[in-house]
Amino acid sequence: MNDHRISVTEDELHAYVDGELPAERRADVEAWLAVHPDDAERVQSWRAMAEMLHARYDAVAQESVPARLELERLERRPRQWLYGAAAAVLVAFLAGSTVGWVAHGAKAVPSTFQSFTEDALDAHRLYVVEVRHPVEVPGNERDHLQAWLTKRCGWTVFAPNLEASGLKLVGGRLLPGPSGPASFLMYEGPSGERFTIYTAKTESGATQMRYAKADRDGSLFWADRGVGYVVTGGNDRDRLTKVAQAVYDQTEKNGG
Amino acid sequence: MSAFRQSVEAMIPALRRYARALTRDADAADDLVQDTLVRALRSERLFLGGDVRSWLYTILTNLNKNRRRSLARRPQFMQLTENNPDASGTEAEGRDIEKALATLVEEQRSVLLLVMLEGMSYREVADIQGVPIGTVMSRLARARAHVKASLEGERPALRRVK
Repeated sequence: MNDHRISVTEDELHAYVDGELPAERRADVEAWLAVHPDDAERVQSWRAMAEMLHARYDAVAQESVPARLELERLERRPRQWLYGAAAAVLVAFLAGSTVGWVAHGAKAVPSTFQSFTEDALDAHRLYVVEVRHPVEVPGNERDHLQAWLTKRCGWTVFAPNLEASGLKLVGGRLLPGPSGPASFLMYEGPSGERFTIYTAKTESGATQMRYAKADRDGSLFWADRGVGYVVTGGNDRDRLTKVAQAVYDQTEKNGG
Repeated sequence: MSAFRQSVEAMIPALRRYARALTRDADAADDLVQDTLVRALRSERLFLGGDVRSWLYTILTNLNKNRRRSLARRPQFMQLTENNPDASGTEAEGRDIEKALATLVEEQRSVLLLVMLEGMSYREVADIQGVPIGTVMSRLARARAHVKASLEGERPALRRVK
């Protein structure tokens, strides 16, 4: 008959604190706690824990909402670079037959693509603003630059001639890549616009070209024979696509 | 503004609180909230009624999972110094609870915060995490035990066996 002798389980103690216990069982739990100081102490510590959490974090909910979280603003200008598979990634359908690959469609986004492109974008943003030291080896030493990067990277690093697109080779540098060294080449147009070509080893043997955009910079990524290429520059996607196509065509011919 | 928008907007302060406790990083937290809101606005037409609140918490919880996955590939930054050792009682307590949260695995932290800070029912948390209620309860029990041990300055592995 003594209901409170039916043991109270730990689950019931939690449910009691969280207001999830059926009303008819509450009195039993309270009677149990009165004679089980260890359990009463635990229940008390959980309540104190909840108070600490509220004391620490409720203030955040009281703050006025920062401007960047206003719904009006978000509708106008969403963040370009969302996490994970939601990345604003599109397949660039390049002028089909003139280029020697087939676009398979924008299905899965391999993680290599994203981290790779992020690395390239970071390098791009870091160095394109440099006026005095954008590169380690200047563009007028093209042969030396290519030989040095090829030796350090382990694949043929070829600096394409992009003068048809109005771009001159500024030079290049060696960077740490996702798995070993990476090569980084910079080009400049007459109005100071800069494009960069980032290459590093990648697990994806060969892929179609993919487009990604972060802030003001667009990137095109593809992989060929185990080497990933990221061409980055500006927010004019057509122009970027033309430049990337020239890079692809020339590296293809030069076994890059 | 539509009723949908109004209910999303009303949730922003609570989402910020949850995100802050989840990440313990003010910028990362607001990034998460921002991405959650963008996702929600974009999916307005896909939302077929129901509880906007749980739906928003679900989006945020999932985005945080993705965020942590991509974070794992990047270098981790840690604070070099314990800031202000003579902080007042409340501040020191805030630091302790923050440290205790950091010891939890992601699913446990999320359950603990949804129940204890955001006042969600076990049922709601089960829906948000996509797991049975029993799993929610065992995660909650483990999370509370860990936090308690951490607050008492004890390593969980060394707790006495009762």
